[in-house]
Amino acid sequence: MAEATAQPISFGGKTSVPSKAWQLLAPALITLFFLLVIPMLIIFVYSFYLFVDVGVDKPAFQFGNWIEFFTDGYYHGAIWTTFRIAITATVVCAVVGYIPAYFIATTTFRHKWLLMLLLILPFWVSFIIRTFSWIHVLGNQGFINATLLSIGIIDEPIKMLYTEGAVIMGMIHFLLPYMVLNIYVSLEGIDRNLVSAARTLGATSWQAFREVTLPLSLPGLAAGSLLCFVLSAGTFVTPQILGGPRDFMFGNLIFDSLMDELNWPMGATLSCVMLIMLGSIVLIYNRIMGLSQVYKSFR
Amino acid sequence: MGNAGIRAFTTLVYLFMFAPIAVVVLLSFNSAQFGSFPIEGFSLKWFEELFNNAAIVRAFQTSLWLAIVTAIVSTTFGILASIALVRYDFPGKSWINTLLVAPVLIPETVLGVGLLLFMLWLSQPRSLPVLMLGHILISLPYVVLVVQARLVGIRRVYEEAALSLGANRIQTFFAITFPLLMPAIFAGLLFAFTISFDNITATIFWRPPGTETVPTQIYGMLRNSISPEINALGTVMIVITVGIPLLAGALARYFARAKP
Repeated sequence: MAEATAQPISFGGKTSVPSKAWQLLAPALITLFFLLVIPMLIIFVYSFYLFVDVGVDKPAFQFGNWIEFFTDGYYHGAIWTTFRIAITATVVCAVVGYIPAYFIATTTFRHKWLLMLLLILPFWVSFIIRTFSWIHVLGNQGFINATLLSIGIIDEPIKMLYTEGAVIMGMIHFLLPYMVLNIYVSLEGIDRNLVSAARTLGATSWQAFREVTLPLSLPGLAAGSLLCFVLSAGTFVTPQILGGPRDFMFGNLIFDSLMDELNWPMGATLSCVMLIMLGSIVLIYNRIMGLSQVYKSFR
Repeated sequence: MGNAGIRAFTTLVYLFMFAPIAVVVLLSFNSAQFGSFPIEGFSLKWFEELFNNAAIVRAFQTSLWLAIVTAIVSTTFGILASIALVRYDFPGKSWINTLLVAPVLIPETVLGVGLLLFMLWLSQPRSLPVLMLGHILISLPYVVLVVQARLVGIRRVYEEAALSLGANRIQTFFAITFPLLMPAIFAGLLFAFTISFDNITATIFWRPPGTETVPTQIYGMLRNSISPEINALGTVMIVITVGIPLLAGALARYFARAKP
């Protein structure tokens, strides 16, 4: 991209003015200004408002909501749950996702496009369908219990649905394609000659993998992990469908205070907290790795 | 792990990805009264029930309209912005680029809350246009990413050749640039359509009272119990969201081959 962006436009020898670029950007920028920038500011402003009654609040500048967040252990517990679930899902995705990514990148299989297509296909199946499909697998009348019951291995269904495990399972199912795709993109970019060179110099295939391939694929692994972490830590739908009442993640708290309790100032405060927490992770990542790798997999 | 092991594990991962989805499709043809195992017999009655359910049909229409309008608007905005980013140099460009793709890494829950509170702050009721604007916000960064990647591949020399051979700017655009842009436009439309049609997290915050899209309808139905209708609805959704891109891809491939 760098070389394409560097050249100035020249229609008939004239170098064009940047104002043309701003005209082209205007619709997108106006959209983002009103739907992203202003709303984020509003969230911040709202977090200082005073909650009066259900659905009623008063413009104010007070720290009540923030003090409540910092002092109430209920919120801290949800943060802990959120991190535990998101980190577990991300780590499992990284370990489980690496192998198929490696297989697709190195296979000499003639119909590699089919493997790629099958990898992208889950992205097109609606998130909510992929999530609720796990009810059919893990539920009391689900596939696993129905099978085990009919063979006679168990007499009573095992409780798997509406647990933290089910939430993590649903998340892994949703996130795995992102991870595989990211690792694949970075494995594809590795010069094959490097591995051959390592082998010629006497490395075993495992050594060549550990010393050459794995380190060179770290950017993809890191990008996939960031994406998986942010997506899983930010959701509330998966725990709502697959989790029990105790599997409350931070997103559920936000949803509840806004949509059930109609406590908008508190909802705004919690949204701020989520944005700051996940935003700082993204910023730290950007400092170390740069974000361009993350966007590569969408192309 | 040997090569056979890697292959076997890869097969298992693919199985893991598709088995639960296959179960939904399988159960949608189950004649049993409950939407779960055991399977009693083959039946299409749940699909019939689906088409007779006014709420679901309405949700489908809403989702479809929403996705089509979102696709057109965000692809238009996204292509214009991408042209600016790929073809022009101007101060602040890297900041603009970051801003344009930022929503990808902002949790959707926060995006949802933001627009919702903005509407509350303006004392505006939630409405269909607001929901549509929200969907444009969510799909725009993906369109920009996809379209930019395609645009970089289009060489300027073709346009310059047309211009030097005497075509004017408008002729050049429609004869050269637009056909070359087609794959990018297509990819953008498809991407935005799928994102809008699928969206649940932010839509729950933005939808006007009483309005349902297909995902929120499924979400609402899940709160009661798993009815067989949900499985049938899931199957129809899968056929649409997987079938359309596959068909489009196959057609694109066919036409690419048919060219002399």
